[in-house]
Amino acid sequence: MADWSNQLMAVTVLTYLAAMVCYAAEYAFGDRSHIGRAAVRPARQLVGAGAPAEPPADYDVAAGAVARRDRGALFGLIGVGLNWLAFALHLGTAVTRGLAAGRMPWGNMYEFIIAVTLVGSAVWLGVLTRRPAVRHLGLFVTLALVVLLGAAGLIAYTPVGPLVPALNSYWYIVHVSTIILSSGIFLIGAVPAAMFLIKTGHDQGKRRFPYPLGAKVPAAVTLERLTFRLHAFAFPLFTFGALIAGPLWAEASWGRYWGWDPKEVWAFISWVVYAAYLHARATPSVKRTTATWIALVGFATMLMNLFGVNLFFEGLHSYANAGG
Amino acid sequence: MTAVDQRPAPAAEPPPRRTVWAWALLRNSWRQLTSMRTALVLLFLLAVAAIPGSVLPQRAVNAEKVVGYFREHPDLAPFLDRLGGFGVYASPWFAAIYLLLFTSLVGCVVPRLLDHLRALRTVPPDAPRRLERLPQHAAPVAGPRDPAAAAAAAAAGLRRRRFRTVVREQPDGAWTVSAEKGYLKETGNLFFHFALLAVLVGVGFGNWYGWHGNRLLVQGSDRGFCNSVTQYDESSLGPRIEASDLPFFCLRLTDFVATYQDTGQPKSFGARVEVQTEQDGPWKPDEFRVNHPLRLPQANVHLLGHGYAPVLRFTDRYGEQQTKTVPFLPRDQMLTSEGVVQFPDVNIDPKTNKRNEDLQVAFEGVYLPTVDPNGSPTSVFPAERSPALFLTAYRGNLGVDAGLPGSVYALDRGQLANGELKQVSGARPQRLTAGQTWTLDDGSKLEFLGTQQFATLSIRYDPTQPLVLGGAAIGLLGLMLSLAGHRRRVWFRVSPPEASEPGGGGSLMEAGGLPRTDYPGFAEEFEQVVAAVRDERTP
Ligand code: HEM
Repeated sequence: MADWSNQLMAVTVLTYLAAMVCYAAEYAFGDRSHIGRAAVRPARQLVGAGAPAEPPADYDVAAGAVARRDRGALFGLIGVGLNWLAFALHLGTAVTRGLAAGRMPWGNMYEFIIAVTLVGSAVWLGVLTRRPAVRHLGLFVTLALVVLLGAAGLIAYTPVGPLVPALNSYWYIVHVSTIILSSGIFLIGAVPAAMFLIKTGHDQGKRRFPYPLGAKVPAAVTLERLTFRLHAFAFPLFTFGALIAGPLWAEASWGRYWGWDPKEVWAFISWVVYAAYLHARATPSVKRTTATWIALVGFATMLMNLFGVNLFFEGLHSYANAGG
Repeated sequence: MTAVDQRPAPAAEPPPRRTVWAWALLRNSWRQLTSMRTALVLLFLLAVAAIPGSVLPQRAVNAEKVVGYFREHPDLAPFLDRLGGFGVYASPWFAAIYLLLFTSLVGCVVPRLLDHLRALRTVPPDAPRRLERLPQHAAPVAGPRDPAAAAAAAAAGLRRRRFRTVVREQPDGAWTVSAEKGYLKETGNLFFHFALLAVLVGVGFGNWYGWHGNRLLVQGSDRGFCNSVTQYDESSLGPRIEASDLPFFCLRLTDFVATYQDTGQPKSFGARVEVQTEQDGPWKPDEFRVNHPLRLPQANVHLLGHGYAPVLRFTDRYGEQQTKTVPFLPRDQMLTSEGVVQFPDVNIDPKTNKRNEDLQVAFEGVYLPTVDPNGSPTSVFPAERSPALFLTAYRGNLGVDAGLPGSVYALDRGQLANGELKQVSGARPQRLTAGQTWTLDDGSKLEFLGTQQFATLSIRYDPTQPLVLGGAAIGLLGLMLSLAGHRRRVWFRVSPPEASEPGGGGSLMEAGGLPRTDYPGFAEEFEQVVAAVRDERTP
């Protein structure tokens, strides 16, 4: 079972990679695509945010562009299909891993990353189903997933093992599952956040890298609103997981609910930074781009907690080097 | 939006008097401090200030590591220490940031609370004259009822949708209905911010009135311990707690059960104890495990770790016997354990009855619960499958009489270095299994009788834990209400039909809607409300 999981993991990464290539192909060929038009439109006409993407009536389509549009859209659809397949494989990786270990598959850093990216993938597919217009973000989402999963396999791989007794607790399951959920959503939230900044720069006429990437993504308002909604959903979950369930478990296990262990410090930092994001977004005099930068800083602190703290600092939470 | 970004008022006329000038400065600083921008900056500072505490070792987390850091960086460490680098979360600058932040919070939230209480009691304002200017608008539609009845029906429909609703008659014969919903957003937001205050207060008082101690407890009914500062290996009391405030209880370890995977990974730990909670009261059996502490009145006993304590009987050269049970501290996951057993009061000549300090005896070494068949010096399994003790004998002055508190887990290296304490066994440690006796060069004997288990316990009490937990739970609820809620207003204007229209009965109903916070779904909700109210109007 453990071998299955490892092989599924490799196939999962490859499938995400294939989905990424398809999204990229759509991105490259599909500049006249349905989505591409939805994306260029706001530059020319003012549209109420969140309105369904429909082609403007005055759009005159060259014959060649139609063929290219179809090819681009086709790549995009294949990308979505592969993305679903990758998600199924990803789920299989986590499930077989859990079966092999005989417990929830989130006992060490490797499993934790697999679970976080799985949630991220699920949230992304959910968003995509509800709003097909954001499909162009797929390239960046799958890129993030491939990078994280690759890092999990290369840096954090741990053979299947049982949990140490301290992790064998009801609150631990609640604690870790909510953190995984919220981290996955923050992960997907970081993609529209970054694209919003790029898109805004592009709309202002900036053309140096990375601004050209903003050429075909959805309208800036749409991206910004998506960013906010994902973060507003993840933040209470994270609050519950990291600042309520975690301390409850720590109290039962170690006797103190909060001890400034490096992992706790960085969870605190992430929480404060994400709170600052929500705060900034509600402050009229703070620009939306500034607020969104704060959200990205928040995600950077989450990454720090996931990789940096597990690898560099030693604390009660460092199950990464304890070998499971 | 109820949140107003407060900025200092622009400087007024040149102040005529100094006091007024000072007052203006004070008022402006207060406004500045309680603005949302300042809160944002302080939040950011708080996050940045927390970072050093994860990079540098912290005394409160692991004091030994701080000592290690001083050894490795002798130049830098004292400097960092002066800045509070090894106690970041208790340092004045960290406190300054969060106290400023919470002052700002109070200054911001109290006026908002008053505003909100006022808003809860005031009725929604009358409809603006031109509803078509609002973000949402529904053009007038004719209905059969007269304006007053139609307005009343609309108001009833809105109230059923939990809008706060008022109906007003206008001088021109029209009726307006004003409705507002979503007060819970601000309520939730206020609950959230006040809950943050409650948590801070709770944490602060918990530090003042809490206490904790660590204790290594060896199995055996004669080795119990009672809750008092002197009986702890290590303890710390909050500044408002006296040693005499500790509640009474006594504890003894009757059994310790550990189970392991085949790999040596622990599966479960459990301690069986007897507890006495009243002076001279009965001893009651109880048990606790990792993650399931023993909850006593005003104290929680947590199981942190465990190990083995070899029982050794020493017979000195005059035939006097002494037995000691000495905990050996585990060094790794497989419970390779290190320790020392010291016998300072041995080899006392019965003729003179005087202690000869140069004939004190000690044994130092490791205990392996499962000896490696391949001969490595570490244990290969944490349970006692083939246990053995490996000891080196020393005789001489142990240095324990100098009055300096020494470690009970290691020999005084100084005494070895200055030659007052000498190794008296061979180059390789002596291997002993339970029941074996080792005879030293001077005829004295050491007998290894077996082992007892010990448990390391952390005992704590934090009186404000319920307040902190309650605050956090209310804060979370408030946060969710605040993030999910939307403040919005809806107005209806019901006018008498145009004079030109025949019949004279019936009315025209027009509607407008205003989302007061960012609310993408408002258009749909507005349409639904308008459609429903119109349906109600035509019975
Ligand atoms: C102790 C530090 C603080 C934290 C962690 C914090 C956190 C938050 C969070 C997460 C939100 C967004 C969620 C929501 O809308 O309820 C928020 C909103 C808000 N905060 Fe704070 N806050 C803090 C201090 C302050 C201070 C000092 C002020 C006043 C200057 C303030 C004023 C506000 C206002 C007005 C909103 C509502 C924004 C809206 O209308 O949506 N907060 N706060």
